[in-house]
Amino acid sequence: MITARIVFARPSDPRMSLTHPPQMRQETAASDIPAIELRGICKAFGPVQANKDISIRVRRGTIHGIVGENGAGKSTLMSILYGFYRADAGEILINGRPTEIPDSLSAIRAGIGMVFQHFKLVENFTVLENVILGAEGSALLRPSLAKARGLLKDLAREFELNVDPDALIENLSVGHQQRVEILKALYREADILILDEPTGVLTPSEADHLFRILRGLKEQGKTIILITHKLREIMDVTDDVSVMRRGEMVATRATAQTSPTELAELMVGRKVLLRVEKTPATPGEEVLRVQSLRLVDGQGVERLRGLDFTIRAGEILGIAGVAGNGQSELLEVLAGLRPATGQAWLRGAVLPLSGPGADAQTRRATAVAHVPEDRHRRGLVLNFHAWENTALGYHNDPAYNPTPWKMDNDAIIRDTSAKMAAFDVRPPDPQLKASGFSGGNQQKIVLAREIEHAPDLLLVGQPTRGVDIGAIEFIHQRLIRLRDAGAAILLVSVELDEIMALSDRIVVMFDGRIMGERLPEKTNAQELGLLMAGMA
Amino acid sequence: MTSLKTFLGAGSALAFTATLAHADPALMFDLGGKFDKSFNEAAYNGAERWKAETGGGYREIEMQAAAQRVQFARRLAEAGSNPVVVMGFQNAPTLEEVAPDYPDTSFVLIDAVVDLPNVRSVIFAEHEGSYLVGMLAAMANETGTVSFVGGMEIPLITAFACGFAQGAKAVNADINVIVNYTGDTPAAWNDPVRGGEIARAQISQGSDVVFAAAGGTGLGVLQAAADAGVYSIGVDSNQNYLHPGSVLTSMLKLVDQAVYDAFTDGPGLETGVVLMDLAAGGVGYALDEHNADLISAEMQEAVEAARAAIIAGELSVHDYRTDSVCPAF
Amino acid sequence: MSGNGRIPNWADVTLVPLVSVLLAFILSGILIWAIGESPWAAVKLMVEGAFGSSYGWGYTLYYATNFMFTGLAVAVAFQARLFNIGGEGQALLGGLGVALVCLYIPWPHWSLALLAACAGAAGFGALWALIPGYLQARRGSHIVITTIMFNFIAASLLGYVLVNVLRPQGSQDPSSPRFPAEVALPKLHEMLALVGIPFSRVPPVNISLLIAVGMCFAVWFLLWRTRLGYQIRAFGESEPAAEYAGISPARITIYVMLISGALAGLMAVNSVMGEQQRLVLNAVEGAGFIGIAVALMGRNHPFGVFLAAILFGFLYQGGAELALWTSIPRELIVVIQALVILFTGALDNMVRIPIARLFALRGAR
Repeated sequence: MITARIVFARPSDPRMSLTHPPQMRQETAASDIPAIELRGICKAFGPVQANKDISIRVRRGTIHGIVGENGAGKSTLMSILYGFYRADAGEILINGRPTEIPDSLSAIRAGIGMVFQHFKLVENFTVLENVILGAEGSALLRPSLAKARGLLKDLAREFELNVDPDALIENLSVGHQQRVEILKALYREADILILDEPTGVLTPSEADHLFRILRGLKEQGKTIILITHKLREIMDVTDDVSVMRRGEMVATRATAQTSPTELAELMVGRKVLLRVEKTPATPGEEVLRVQSLRLVDGQGVERLRGLDFTIRAGEILGIAGVAGNGQSELLEVLAGLRPATGQAWLRGAVLPLSGPGADAQTRRATAVAHVPEDRHRRGLVLNFHAWENTALGYHNDPAYNPTPWKMDNDAIIRDTSAKMAAFDVRPPDPQLKASGFSGGNQQKIVLAREIEHAPDLLLVGQPTRGVDIGAIEFIHQRLIRLRDAGAAILLVSVELDEIMALSDRIVVMFDGRIMGERLPEKTNAQELGLLMAGMA
Repeated sequence: MTSLKTFLGAGSALAFTATLAHADPALMFDLGGKFDKSFNEAAYNGAERWKAETGGGYREIEMQAAAQRVQFARRLAEAGSNPVVVMGFQNAPTLEEVAPDYPDTSFVLIDAVVDLPNVRSVIFAEHEGSYLVGMLAAMANETGTVSFVGGMEIPLITAFACGFAQGAKAVNADINVIVNYTGDTPAAWNDPVRGGEIARAQISQGSDVVFAAAGGTGLGVLQAAADAGVYSIGVDSNQNYLHPGSVLTSMLKLVDQAVYDAFTDGPGLETGVVLMDLAAGGVGYALDEHNADLISAEMQEAVEAARAAIIAGELSVHDYRTDSVCPAF
Repeated sequence: MSGNGRIPNWADVTLVPLVSVLLAFILSGILIWAIGESPWAAVKLMVEGAFGSSYGWGYTLYYATNFMFTGLAVAVAFQARLFNIGGEGQALLGGLGVALVCLYIPWPHWSLALLAACAGAAGFGALWALIPGYLQARRGSHIVITTIMFNFIAASLLGYVLVNVLRPQGSQDPSSPRFPAEVALPKLHEMLALVGIPFSRVPPVNISLLIAVGMCFAVWFLLWRTRLGYQIRAFGESEPAAEYAGISPARITIYVMLISGALAGLMAVNSVMGEQQRLVLNAVEGAGFIGIAVALMGRNHPFGVFLAAILFGFLYQGGAELALWTSIPRELIVVIQALVILFTGALDNMVRIPIARLFALRGAR
C-alpha cells in the first residue's frame, strides 16, 4: 500500500472560524463530517488501472485542490463522483451517508455540481435558458425563467457572478461562459462544486475573478473541489491539496503547510527544475525577416496589422500576449496554413506569403518546422498510430518512400522507435494510437517529429499547454538544445513564465500589433503584463 | 441436360416441390410487385378468378432484382409448374434464355413477343384502346386542352400517349394534348404524390380531361382530377368506381383475361403470338353505372363507330412502337 | 476519455457484427412466426438456398460481387469522411461505359473486352463522381446532396440514352441490344471446370468476382500501404491536421471521389456484362444503396466489406428462395433485410456497448 493516508487539518484548526461564519451554517454541529468522503475507490479501463484504492476526505466549506500530472487519474476520479463511470470498488459518502451515484442525475440530486473543462452550453440559447435547461421544473417555461432571473440577480450581487441573463452564449467571453456553468450548478442547488481545470481557458484577470467567486462561495458554506495542474493557483486559493500520481493518491496536505516545490516533487515523484538552465544565446545570421505582415480574416477583421521582426540563427524569439491577439494567426501564416500580405525572407530568399509556394509542404521542404498550438486538432491525428503521426507532414520524405507507389511503413516504424527513444516517449510503442498517450507524451511525439528533421526555423505554439511538469522540463531542454545547435525558434506562448524562461528576446503582441520588444533579463512580468494589456 | 438437372435439383427445391401437385400453373410478376393497382395486379386478379372458378392451385412469385428474372423462371419450370406465365416486356430476354431449356413446359409472356415453340406471346393493342378514350376525352372537353400522364418515357407508354392524341385529334383537330412523364426510376410507377402534382400542373394549363397510364402513380392523377372537378381516365383495369362522376372512363387492357385464359388452357396450350386488340376484346373502354351519366348517347355512338371501323380495318391507328414516330404529336 | 473502455480488435470486427446479425434474425423469426410460418424452416430454407448447393453459392456470390464493388466505393470515400451515396448513379454510368465498349467496338476475345469494359465502367463512374467531388472541393456544395441529385440525373440520362440512342429500332423495350457473344464473360463454372471442380452453370456469377476480390485487396493496399492512402486517411481523420501536414483537402476530395466512382462503376462489369449482357433501365437496382449498408457493416475496411458483401449476397439469395418456396410476402423479406441493416448499422452501439462492458468486466478481474 503506497497510498499515503490523509494528513488532515482538525476541525479545531484556527482557520475554521474564518471560513465558516457560524451564522451561515445550518448544520454547524455536523461540520466535522466531511462533505465528501471517498473510500478505497478503484477503477480500471482494461489493463489500465486509472484509480487505485483512492481515499480522500473533503471538509465541508473548504476549497480542496487536486493536483497531478495529466493521466494521473484526476478526471477519472471526478467522473466517478459525477456518475459518468462506476467505480469497480470502494464507496462514496456524501455528508457522511454512503451514496450510490450511478448517473449524473443522482450526482445532481446529491448536491454535486460540475464545471467541465469544455463547457456544455447551448451556444444559441440565452444565459437564462441555459441555466434552466434540464431543470425547467414545469411544462411552462415562464415561471422557471422568472425564478431563474431572480436567482441570477441575487447570485450576481453576492458573488460577482454577474452575467447578462438575456445574452446569447455565443456572444459571451470564455470567462463569462464559465460563470454560466457555475450558475447552472448553483441553480440546481449544488452544495459541492467540482471545477476541472477551470483556468486553462482564462486570461489572468479572468482567473483572478474566478477565484474571488470561489472564495465567496466558500464563505457561503459551499464545498469546492478544484482540479488543476497549476501550482500557483493551488497555493493562492485552496485550503487543502491532494496530490495524485499514476492513479494513486500520494499525499494530502494543508496548503499552508506545503510549498510548490514539495507539490511538484510529489506529482512527478522526483526533484523538478522549475527554472530552465541555459547559456546566453550566440545569435548567428538572420534566418527570417518579416516586413509589414498583414492578415484580414474571413469576417473582414484585420488580425495582423503590419508586423516587422527578424529571427536569427541560434536564438529564441518569444512572442508574449494574451490569447487571441494575433499570435496564432502569425504562426499559421508563417507555417503556410493561411495566406497573408506583406514581405518575408527566409535565409535571404523571398518567402511567399500567398499563392504558389506558400503552402505547408513547401515550408517543410525549406526546413521550416512547426509545432502547432493545438496538437489535438492539428499536430496529431489522434486516431492514427504513433508511427503514422511521425509521417504526418513528412509523408513525402524519400526515406519513407523508397518506391513511388508504396510507402515503407516498416521504415517509418523504425524511425518512430528511434525518435521515441530520443525523446523518452512513454510507452515507446509506435503502434499505440496517439490518443492513447498522455498530453506530455503526445507533445513529445510532435516535437520529435519536427525537431529531428533539423529545421532551420522552428515555429512553436504553446509547447507545454496541458503538459505535465516532468515533460515541460524535458521539452524546454530540447528547445534550448535545438537553439544551441543553431536553429532559429519562434516561440508563441500565453504562459509568461515560459516566455521569460526560454526567450532570448521577447516581443509583445496586442491586437495584431507588436507593442514592444524587451530582453528577458531587462524586463519583468509587470512591464510585460502592461504591454500585453495594450498599455505601452 | 441431365447433368444440369442434377445440379439444379438442390435440396430445398425438392423438399418444397413435393407438396405441390404436378403441373399447377405459375405466375411470375414483374418488378412492380403484385399489388401495383395496375398491370401486375390485373394478372393477379385473373389468376384469382381462375382459382375461384376451378378450385385449382397456382404458384406465384415476386422478384426483387433483375438477376432474379432468369433465376425464378428457371426455378418455376424446374418445380414442374406448367404453364408459367411471365409478366412484362422486360422478361422477353428471360424467356429467350430459359424457355429452350425446358421444351416440355409452356411459357406465356405478357406484353412482348418471343418466337419460340413453347412460348405464347400475348401483346395488346394499347394504341387502339387509347384512341377510343382519346375520342371520348375530346368530346367531353370544353377548354380545348386534354392531357396525358405517363409513368416513364418508354415506347410502351408513349404508344398509349400517341393513340390517345390521335383519338383526340380525330374529334377536334385543333385540340391541345399535353404529355408528361413521371420519372426515370422504378419509383415512377408508384408515386401518386408526384402523379397528383403533374395532373394539377396540367389542369392549371387548361386541361379538363387527364389520362393516366402510370401504374400506381395514376391513383394520384385521378384524385387530383376529382379534387379539381375535372375529368380523368383510368387505365388497365376498370377504375371508374374510384371517383364516380370524375373518372370519365377507363382504358381497359385485359391482362387478367390473358392470364385467366393461359391458366385455363393449361399445359400444352397453344403457342404463338396472341394479339389482344379491339377485335379480340383485349382492349377497350369501360362503361358502367359509375360513368353512365358522363358518356352521352352521341359520344357512345361516335366511339362505337370508330371501334367498328378499326375492327373492320377501315380505320388504322398508328402504333408508335413500329417506327418511334407519332403523327399526332 | 470516451468511457466504456475498449474492445479487442478481433471482437470489434467479428463478435459485434455477429451478435447484431443474430439479433436481427431473432427478431425476423418472431415476425415470421407471427404471420404463421415456421421461423426454423425459413432460416433453414434461406441458408440451404444460399449455401446448400453450388447453385445457391453461385447466386450468393453473384450478388456479393455487386455489393463488394459498391461497398468498397462507399468505404473508400468514407475513409476521407466523404459520404458518397451516389454509388447508384455512378454504377449506372459505369453500365453505360460497359455498353458503349461492348457494342461499338468489335472485340476478338472476351479478355480484351473485359479490360476495355473495366476501363469504360471505371472511367464513366469516376467521371460521374468527379462532378460532385469538384463541387464539394471547390464550391463547398455538400457531397451528400449532390451525389443524391446525381443519382436522379444518371437515371434520367440513362433513360434518354436507352430510349433514344441505344434502343434497337422497333424494340419496345428501353434497353440496348444484346452484346455480341464474343464479349460474354467466363462464368465461374467454366473457370472451376478447368481445375476439375463441378459447379452449377446456371447462376450468373462470373470472372468479375475475382476482380471484386482483387479490388478489396487493392483498396486495402491503397489505404494502408501508399502515400495517397495515407493522405486520404489523414484527411478523413482530421482535416485541420491534414492541412497542417500540407495535404490539400480539395485535391484529396477529388481523388477520393474519382476512386470511389470508379469502384462503383466497376459494378456494371458484373451486372451488365456478366449477367444481363445488355444495358437495361435501372440496371443497378439499389446495389449502390446496399453498398452503404455493406460499408457500414464492414467498418469501412475492405476485408469487412468483403464479408458484409457475402452476408448481403446471402440475404438476397436466401430471400429469393423464401419468396420462391414459401408464402412469406416479398415485403416481409425486405423487412428482414432491413432489420439486418438496422442492427448492424444504425443500432451498432446497442450491441457494442454491452460487449465492451463485458470485456471491461473480464479485464477488471
